[in-house]
Amino acid sequence: MLRFFVRRFAVAVLVALTVLTLAFMLTRLSGDLAISIAGPNATAADVEQIRQVYGLNRPLYVQYLDWLGRALQGDFGESYFFRDRVAKLIAGRMPVTVTLGLVGLSIALVVSLPLGILAAVKEGTWVDRLVGVFAMIGQAMPSFWLGLLLMIVFGLQLAWLPISGVESWDGFILPGVVLAFSAIPSLTRLTRSGMIEALASDYIRTARAKGLTRLSILVKHGFRNAAIPVVSIAAVQLGFMLGGSIVIETVFALHGVGYLAWESISKNDFPVVQAVVLVLALIYIGLTLLADLLNAVLDPRLRTG
Amino acid sequence: MPAGRGARLLRSPGFAVGAAIVGFAAIVALLAPWIVPYDPFAIDLDRRLVPPSFMEGGDPRNFLGTDQLGRDYFSRLIYGTRISMVIGVLTVITSGLIGITLGILGGFYGGKVDDAVVFAITTRLSIPAVLVALAVAALRGSSFMLVVLVLGLLLWDRFAVVARSTTMQIRNLDYVAAAWCAGVSRWWVLTREVLPNIATHLAVVATLEMALAILLEAALSFLGLGVPPPLPSWGLMISEAKEYMFFSPWVIIVPGAALFVLVMGVNLLGDALRDMMGTDLSR
Amino acid sequence: MIELLEIRDLRVTIGSTAAVRGASLAVTKGETHCLVGESGCGKSITALSVMGLLPRGARRETTALRFAGEEIGRYGEREMERLRGDRMAMIFQEPMTSLNPAYTVGSQMTEVLRRHRGTSRAQAVDRAAELLARVGITAPGLRLGQYPHQLSGGLRQRVMIAMALMCDPELLIADEPTTALDVTVQAQILRLLAGLQKDLGLGILLITHDLGVVARVADRVSVMYAGEVVESAPTAALFAAPKHPYTRGLLSCVPVPGKVKRDEPLGSIPGVVPRIQPGFTGCGFRDRCAWANAACAGSIPRRGAGEGHEVLCTLPPDWSREAAA
Repeated sequence: MLRFFVRRFAVAVLVALTVLTLAFMLTRLSGDLAISIAGPNATAADVEQIRQVYGLNRPLYVQYLDWLGRALQGDFGESYFFRDRVAKLIAGRMPVTVTLGLVGLSIALVVSLPLGILAAVKEGTWVDRLVGVFAMIGQAMPSFWLGLLLMIVFGLQLAWLPISGVESWDGFILPGVVLAFSAIPSLTRLTRSGMIEALASDYIRTARAKGLTRLSILVKHGFRNAAIPVVSIAAVQLGFMLGGSIVIETVFALHGVGYLAWESISKNDFPVVQAVVLVLALIYIGLTLLADLLNAVLDPRLRTG
Repeated sequence: MPAGRGARLLRSPGFAVGAAIVGFAAIVALLAPWIVPYDPFAIDLDRRLVPPSFMEGGDPRNFLGTDQLGRDYFSRLIYGTRISMVIGVLTVITSGLIGITLGILGGFYGGKVDDAVVFAITTRLSIPAVLVALAVAALRGSSFMLVVLVLGLLLWDRFAVVARSTTMQIRNLDYVAAAWCAGVSRWWVLTREVLPNIATHLAVVATLEMALAILLEAALSFLGLGVPPPLPSWGLMISEAKEYMFFSPWVIIVPGAALFVLVMGVNLLGDALRDMMGTDLSR
Repeated sequence: MIELLEIRDLRVTIGSTAAVRGASLAVTKGETHCLVGESGCGKSITALSVMGLLPRGARRETTALRFAGEEIGRYGEREMERLRGDRMAMIFQEPMTSLNPAYTVGSQMTEVLRRHRGTSRAQAVDRAAELLARVGITAPGLRLGQYPHQLSGGLRQRVMIAMALMCDPELLIADEPTTALDVTVQAQILRLLAGLQKDLGLGILLITHDLGVVARVADRVSVMYAGEVVESAPTAALFAAPKHPYTRGLLSCVPVPGKVKRDEPLGSIPGVVPRIQPGFTGCGFRDRCAWANAACAGSIPRRGAGEGHEVLCTLPPDWSREAAA
């Protein structure tokens, strides 16, 4: 068990290092970074000066090692556009993105767990089919489009909720719902299939033979086992949600990390883009580690095996 | 594929609806230049944001109205089908080639090769795809082919995961292992046993990835770093029209609905395929 | 005398299969009643019908289904819930999968008592430990805190038995409780069941396909074939003078040391248990029976054949002597 986690952790570190390297290579894709930074109206002298200032005239491996060394200490350099430390910028925007992710995940769980259980209990009936259709719709819904539609309906026509910004808590509702939609289909399906498997198992028959109540059979004995994969996938889904927050933050003008990345991309502010890619990747890696840990906590066969 | 499976597939309503949607989209995409009523790029600044013909204030000349530059919305929608379908198919081919090759290598050879493949999959999954695609597009300048290439390079993970696990399963089947021990060539095992057996699984993945590619292209174009204007990508149409959406909601409803229906159709096809195999595998 | 369990004319259909077709049997208080037959003859379905645990899509009808004199055939789900695990308990064939992997042995045992008696956790734990010791588990305190995957198959089956006894049931239904276990463990579990039956005055309905088990523990035996109880008798009478051709076939398949000579082939019954559709009449065994005649397609009489011995067959009760001659 411990050995598994040591190995798992080592792999995570290796993946993180690889992503670090890829993030560096990403910004060098354009050929000459200095020209990109200088913009279309720059003179040759301007470009040369930028090269000097940002150290882009050094050999590539020196730049790489320099960047790697700093990144490992949490120093992602300075933003070209915001004239501020990148790490500080990201830290300042993180709360909005994390709140959005957690709101989205909560909504997704609140919707998909009961729906999945319901579909499993009513397997093969019209209720089950209806839940399937709902999941199908969620899967096909383009998130930015859903966001715009919700803005038209709830923001403008009904005027219930703000359509952009998060000056108050209710600004998170619409973007949270949109974000939740990206996780609802898979979580619902997973809950359903896990519950169907659990309910068909011998230990459910035993629980019924013990005369336990229907609720206890469904929740305590059925869902407890179906929940194991759901919990770990939920953690992974949160990672995907944060990674995909760029679209939703842009639609709703939420000034989170995704929005920061979008601004930086359009302003050729590469140190920021690089760092956001890296931070989101690290969060994802951390969440998958957490998912494995949760799995072990929830499944006694792994914990005490 | 046994006859029974195929027959069941054809009878399932999901498959029928999905096939109808995708088939229709394919025909529209192929015939686009011959069926559009107007040039989708022709600007007419005197007739901007004309509502669809069936709405109040509509003009019978423009079935779905005109956009903010007076271009015929219906013609643009038809050309948009072409963009979505081509991007979907090309991305699946690119990512399929990468993912299936990696997955089969890992599943077939195991050991160090497999470790490397798993590592590649893990790394790929930890990279935020949309963000990287946007960054690349910003750096290299967005173009149609770049979108295909970036999506193809990013969306191979599921192909690899599925190809790897199914290859492993088949590789370890008793009769395959026996044939292996009897000294048949790797090539024989690969082409006679592995590929035919994982083909249906990969077909399911292909539909899922095609749907995802279509959605991601639309998202990238929506953010202004996908297919460049004036090409009528559905995502770009929504993006260009969103300033007007509060007064004329149909400008975003029309292309969004088209996107939704096409993705739904592709997913329905995939689900029908999966159900067909799922029930067969469990028996 | 009031029987502990009385099933009269039980019919269960699952989809287009008549799984049980008019089976009748009775379990007296304090006796071990064995229900034997090949796989697929409806033994388990009969047991599950009594508990009200039939799978979805199964339809059950009876003329009478009485438990301790009460007609439970018309009980709703709520009433059956209160009965199950309290006054009637059941253990199953698969000890490896019948316990929930996510909870400790203790938590799964105590919840029965807490559900039916509302006892405190501490009291329930004491009772669970006492019962674990009673079923021959050493260090019960340790076992209570363990998870099912940490126990062997034999231990798990003992836990299942102890769990079934938590509320002091009057009837224990055991569905092939030893089939999945090693031979040595089988013997231990059977001895345990026999001992419990004697000490606690339990009525046991033991389902098995193993005639060796029957000979060791049964007071009475009912032989089931194709959804019907074809013969029912006290154990000694059944083994001494089987009346139904199927029972005879079944017994001839078992080697008895001393009776069967070396190199003499064991008997076998040709064919397999048929899947019977609703609306089928006559004897279900007639296609495999060497003595079948035209009458076997009609309705089959239930004949008495001595003290407590009943057989469902068209042949006269003394046919077996002629057949042997």
